[in-house]
Amino acid sequence: MSNIVAFIELSQDGGPGPGAREVLKAASQLGDPIAVLATSSLSGSTVGQLAALGAKGVFAGETELTSSCLQEPEVETLAKAVQALDPAAVLVVNTTSGREIAARLAVRASGGLTADAVAVRKQDGMVVATRLVLGGTYSVDSTVEDGLPVITLRPGAFEGQARPAEPVVTSLGLKVDTRAAAAVEAFTPGADSHRPDLRTAERVVAGGRGLLSKENFVLVEQLADALGAAVGASRAAVDSGFIASGAQVGQTGVSVSPELYVALGISGAVQHRAGMQSSKTIVAINKDADAPIFDIADFGIVGDATTVVPQLLHAMAVRTP
Amino acid sequence: MKIIVLVKQVPDTSEERTLDTESGFLERDPQGNVLDEISERALEVALRHKDSHKGTEVVALTMGPSDALKALRKALSMGADSGVHVADDALAGADAMWTSRVLAAAASAEGFDLVITGNESTDGKCGVVPAMVAEHLRLPLVGSLDSPGISAESVSGRRECGTGTMTVRAGLPAVMSVTERSAEARFPTFKGILTAKKKSVKNVALAELGLSGATVSTAGRSVILSVARVEGRSGGRKIVDHNGSAATELMEFLADRQLL
Ligand SMILES: Cc1cc2nc3c(=O)[nH]c(=O)nc-3n(C[C@H](O)[C@H](O)[C@H](O)COP(=O)(O)OP(=O)(O)OC[C@H]3O[C@@H](n4cnc5c(N)ncnc54)[C@H](O)[C@@H]3O)c2cc1C
Ligand SMILES: Nc1ncnc2c1ncn2[C@@H]1O[C@H](COP(=O)(O)O)[C@@H](O)[C@H]1O
Repeated sequence: MSNIVAFIELSQDGGPGPGAREVLKAASQLGDPIAVLATSSLSGSTVGQLAALGAKGVFAGETELTSSCLQEPEVETLAKAVQALDPAAVLVVNTTSGREIAARLAVRASGGLTADAVAVRKQDGMVVATRLVLGGTYSVDSTVEDGLPVITLRPGAFEGQARPAEPVVTSLGLKVDTRAAAAVEAFTPGADSHRPDLRTAERVVAGGRGLLSKENFVLVEQLADALGAAVGASRAAVDSGFIASGAQVGQTGVSVSPELYVALGISGAVQHRAGMQSSKTIVAINKDADAPIFDIADFGIVGDATTVVPQLLHAMAVRTP
Repeated sequence: MKIIVLVKQVPDTSEERTLDTESGFLERDPQGNVLDEISERALEVALRHKDSHKGTEVVALTMGPSDALKALRKALSMGADSGVHVADDALAGADAMWTSRVLAAAASAEGFDLVITGNESTDGKCGVVPAMVAEHLRLPLVGSLDSPGISAESVSGRRECGTGTMTVRAGLPAVMSVTERSAEARFPTFKGILTAKKKSVKNVALAELGLSGATVSTAGRSVILSVARVEGRSGGRKIVDHNGSAATELMEFLADRQLL
């Protein structure tokens, strides 16, 4: 089977980040997953975690510059891995950093890029990626001709886990040319959330401008906690300062497809729907009976979210299952 | 300082957008096309620098069909000094790789201290062209900035990444991309609209950049195999709440679907 490079983005503690499972799983559908990462030094525990997630090989570029030089250590490691492993494809999770790294690599390795795939497969010897485009209204299958396919994967789209493996480990000291790279001057870790990650959550409770204030938006968080859900928001709610921008769902925010999506005080503009209409079950509470969100809601309540949600929370609290 | 802003014309997201299921190309109805909102923000970043620094020159650069001239005119009416339009029949259906190659060549030919782009376009939503352009130009990318800053020697700003917030910086020349958290764009003034008609727009064909359809499209071509429309969904049950009474019904609905 051919090698498939799976780029591993590291988390703040230096271990494999949340996308490692997904990218190794996707790679296992195309060939032998080789985990590729840039790190200050490759630890046994990282190798162990990658082995458990199905890496048949681990290829690490080691340099002290990983925390001070933006992306060049990662791009250079990937370029070296491509030379050494002759992979049939390179997979990278589509995060802020991941896609910039993938883009630079595609140019450096004279490859071709497919962005934001929700599925990958091998067909007649070709690596085929499926994408959902124009707000999820079309599904497009494509491949790359005459060059290495570099594919970014939509976070949350790849379920399950590849079978554990015993990886062959390669690490090399990396020479990094810092001239074409930005410098990282400071880093502030995000607040640790006890809630599930929005992109991969099975349940999402999202609030919009209809909540009217940051104080009312707490209702969204309370319902999320009662359901074990992640918190999402419309762009108008983010712009109003009810919640940080990372919670934005939609065209220019995160795309989610959870089991349950609850929209509170969200009108359902086409740009919002673009990021959530593939959810399995959609519930909406909105004062306006004509709000477009009702066109796609499995259960709609025409009413005031600030009245219904507290009652729902109460009913849930006293419920005997 | 000379700043090139990469601007793109896209179908308006509030209109119905369609793909040709044969070719996989976007059907571009010229009426429904607009200057991408994120391009306007990128331009705003450049214009704010120009507002406070005399001698700043702002050039709007686009690659697209002849109709994309409309987007350039909008950029000029907002305050860009001139426009560059790369248009060539050989570019129909160009993917991100070609597009970035062509934009990089056009930017080099024009000359610049800084290139500013949006972080992702609303039609492609790929978010890869800025980094590709930077790689072609062998320049640093200060990418996905929420709060971009420009000084005489460097560009910097904050970027959100999954694990937290970073402050990044690069010396000029460089490529910068901005997110929709950056400054909201200004509206063209009446005077702006009038003067835009007199500003120069350079038309550039591929050959003038030393490129041809064959050279830009050889390696790593994206090829569309099939396109399918995804079934739309329709609304289900809708009830009207009376003083919170709907809560019980909602709870039953969730319990039925094993979602509690
Ligand atoms: C290029 C572009 C990209 C965009 N990207 C995104 C994106 O990624 N995500 C996104 O969300 N938007 C995006 N937008 C914005 C989008 O067009 C809408 O403006 C936005 O989604 C509206 O948010 P909203 O529904 O919270 O606010 P509104 O449209 O103001 O709706 C508020 C709703 O709350 C209801 N309401 C009021 N009070 C109550 C109450 N007490 N109880 C219950 N309901 C109440 C109202 O009836 C109304 O329907 C984008 C726009 C553009 C042009
Ligand atoms: N055809 C184009 N002409 C000019 N700029 C473009 C073009 N395509 C992409 N860009 C720039 O690259 C950014 C990101 O685009 P994309 O990678 O397509 O999501 C856009 O916001 C533009 O600034």
